[in-house]
Amino acid sequence: MPASSFISIQDVSKHFGSIVAVDDIDVEINRGEFFALLGPSGCGKTTLLRMLAGFEIPTRGEIFIDGEQMSGVAPYRRPVNMVFQNYAIFPHLNVFQNIAFGLRKDRLAGDELKTRVNNALSLIKMKEFGERKPEELSGGQRQRVALARALVKNPKVLLLDEPLGALDKSLREQMQLELRQLQKIVGVTFVFVTHDQEEALTMSDRIAVMSAGKVLEVGSPDDLYERPQTRFVAEFLGTMNVFDGSVHARDGDSYIVDTRDLGRIRAGVGAQEFSDGEKISVALRPENLKIVNSQTSEDIDGSVSGVMSNTAYFGNSAQVYVTLDGSEQALVVSIQNQDGAASNVAHGSRDITIGWSRSSVLLLKDA
Amino acid sequence: MSGPPGKFNIGWLRGYTVVYLIFIYLPILLLPIFSFNDGIYVAFPMSGFTFQWWAEMVSQPGMHKALWNSIAVAVPVSLISTILGMMGAKALTSYPLYGARALTGMFTLPLVTPFLILGIALLITFKNYGINLSLFTVGVGHVLICVPFSLFVLLSRLESFDRSLEEAALDLGETPWIVFWRVTFPINMPGIVASLLLTFTISFDEFLLAFFLTGDASTLPIFIWSQLRFPVKLPSVLALGSAILVVTVFIVVVAELLRRKGSTRSTGKVI
Ligand SMILES: Nc1ncnc2c1ncn2[C@@H]1O[C@H](COP(=O)(O)OP(=O)(O)O)[C@@H](O)[C@H]1O
Ligand SMILES: [Mg+2]
Repeated sequence: MPASSFISIQDVSKHFGSIVAVDDIDVEINRGEFFALLGPSGCGKTTLLRMLAGFEIPTRGEIFIDGEQMSGVAPYRRPVNMVFQNYAIFPHLNVFQNIAFGLRKDRLAGDELKTRVNNALSLIKMKEFGERKPEELSGGQRQRVALARALVKNPKVLLLDEPLGALDKSLREQMQLELRQLQKIVGVTFVFVTHDQEEALTMSDRIAVMSAGKVLEVGSPDDLYERPQTRFVAEFLGTMNVFDGSVHARDGDSYIVDTRDLGRIRAGVGAQEFSDGEKISVALRPENLKIVNSQTSEDIDGSVSGVMSNTAYFGNSAQVYVTLDGSEQALVVSIQNQDGAASNVAHGSRDITIGWSRSSVLLLKDA
Repeated sequence: MSGPPGKFNIGWLRGYTVVYLIFIYLPILLLPIFSFNDGIYVAFPMSGFTFQWWAEMVSQPGMHKALWNSIAVAVPVSLISTILGMMGAKALTSYPLYGARALTGMFTLPLVTPFLILGIALLITFKNYGINLSLFTVGVGHVLICVPFSLFVLLSRLESFDRSLEEAALDLGETPWIVFWRVTFPINMPGIVASLLLTFTISFDEFLLAFFLTGDASTLPIFIWSQLRFPVKLPSVLALGSAILVVTVFIVVVAELLRRKGSTRSTGKVI
């Protein structure tokens, strides 16, 4: 089946002996997209990326890149380039030679080669570093050289395997921005592997969330964060309060759901349909929960009471941990720290009531 | 009451080490010393200093031929064994080969087989197939014993070699053959040179196989052995032996330094 999208991954599986590393994945990636493969370690992200690069051969399924079928196409003939997890900078070559490595086949004149490499060097802001040997570079600089070495080939797709994983936190955050900007400048399709949900949320146009060799959901960061369809995605992206429940009935534009921990509650109807009696998960984001008191004016469609067990400050916000009455379940509430709100809560009564609006209650399949 | 447990042992160990080192190096040191002794007997007291034996050694008619024969065998042997060793090491480190351990064990077998047996076995084989004994048959025997050495030097290199460097080169558009020459070969150069030097010295020094497999043309060790039958030739043999000793030690030290330098540097990992 020929593909309509730029990269089309169709029913792809990869087995290593008895290990199923990638399990029947279907993903479509658009031209010029910054696309993230997100999932915990060992879920098959690298294996999928290596199949795009041609280093692993799918056990089943087909991959198309820009309309061309990739099966049987060797890595050195694919229109993709890769930034390796450890960068794989050639230790016997200097920075200039590393970046020029892939241009040998293009048989450029000496001047043109120099121009191409120097352009790449200025793209990564390392103009003065051409003569340096790899061992004289910092982790961040190696990462950029790996990036330039791949981009100078003008690939249709750039594959990046946890490229920021080896960097320390502040450098990583800076590189996240730079990488995103770079992608906008060059316009190349990026397929980016990470296990860091924050990184995926801040950088990507779309994200595929993977678990145990499968892609669970594909969507934009706000789609996946605000409207997850599965419990795994809801819990993997950010903090989430999740409870077991079952659908009692549908009542107009809301479902009535029974839960052990929250009692009978109402939830707005979202994209998914549920049948009466279906076992589901009920999810509430900490930032959508409010502490209810006499001054609370917002719409509250449901509430639960409990005892505050702990508070954690993050400066502009605070997280309040509540042990629910009648069950030992914990609930996390995030509050904005305006006019010392966090401090007031922390020093107020330990018995509190938590409320929420109907539209913020998420119902998820696979309880 | 007992003293510190380590002290006593360490004292003994030190003594043992000194005796052991003397045992190894004294006989070897006698070689160069007596090559300058003005007399044909290897016995103290020495009778005076002379260059006579070195001069005699250099002008020895058969020596040049034998030296040339040895080099003519050792150079191709070192090249061929290093190529074969490289191919084996590459295969063993590149793919998850079924039975790789057993295979590595098999490769080492020629090392533990007594050369006497190996020499006789090869001799019989060559005779059976009507192959005349010559420097060529010596070379074949030497390749057989040199490949395991080369394999081990290169295995230890390639095991610390980051394979993602080869993948990166493939990814950048080079075919496997070019990847070998642009990445694998230069990065593992120290190991390759070490293997060449090591196998060269092994072949150059080897006596037993050469003794069985050589025809009329003798290699240097065989020439030396034949000279020992004449007592007057002994001092010039000592001079020749000293010369070989110096060159061999030099080559082996260089090879070992290269091997070590190679395995700490240029693995491509972040240091
Ligand atoms: N070459 C291989 N041989 C055997 N198992 C492998 C191989 N590569 C990956 N795996 C297994 O496949 C699974 C997925 O691995 P990987 O794709 O590296 O995950 P991730 O990149 O998401 O951490 C893991 O269980 C891993 O052990
Ligand atoms: Mg990985």
